[in-house]
Amino acid sequence: MKLKETVNELEAEFKCCKLLPDRDVSWCYCSDLLSDVMANAKKDSIWITLQTHPNIVAVASLIGLSAILISRGAEPDPETIAKAAQENIPILTTKLPTFEAAGRLYSLLKK
Amino acid sequence: MEKQKKPVTKDIKHEYSIKGMDFVAAGEASSNIKHTLQLIGFAPAVIRRAAIAAYEAEMNIVIHAWEGVLITSISPERIEIIAADTGPGIPDIDQAMKEGYSTAPDHIREMGFGAGMGLPNIRNVSDEFTLDSSLGRGTTLTVVIYPTA
Repeated sequence: MKLKETVNELEAEFKCCKLLPDRDVSWCYCSDLLSDVMANAKKDSIWITLQTHPNIVAVASLIGLSAILISRGAEPDPETIAKAAQENIPILTTKLPTFEAAGRLYSLLKK
Repeated sequence: MEKQKKPVTKDIKHEYSIKGMDFVAAGEASSNIKHTLQLIGFAPAVIRRAAIAAYEAEMNIVIHAWEGVLITSISPERIEIIAADTGPGIPDIDQAMKEGYSTAPDHIREMGFGAGMGLPNIRNVSDEFTLDSSLGRGTTLTVVIYPTA
């Protein structure tokens, strides 16, 4: 599945890298612990988190995640968006809490 | 009779300095290491293991030490990452290796670090793992990954 095919269902909005809607999305990982994501998130996953600081970008980039989705209406720091633009990691936000966002994504990816 | 030529393989060495508490630059050394490994053409699974080891080691220096270096030595058969810091050192290495144990302060845990997973993560992706520490002086971690293993 492509990133753009998930945006509507996730009620998500691009905060950066809008020009990368065709990135592959094959799975999802939900965590607010960076080392947990490093160890356990699969490549080409959307990472759903409440963390908003710039260090999330390095994690996503190092393990090849397709995008970061910041849930429950939280907003990324401006430095996070700048860093993400530099590293080509799309950052999206949604008002949905993590559980609902993950649930919707699960249904999409399981189809 | 002509002498058989031995292939000359030189390790590619890089050194990256890392400052304690510099969360802005944090991750840059690891990104550079990953990029180098990609240019050389290692398999994605190998690159992932090395990237995890490098990042966790880099963040340990940022979070716990005063300053340090990541030194990489790379050949097709062997990837070595040394993380050497001057810092408080680790009082009890066995305890530090336990999953879930962390001495990171609250404001760092709120950022999602300090879950007590860093060192165990590094060990899990390494073929060789050596941790030496001296209280009040610093810590040296050596990780080796064999790409063919």
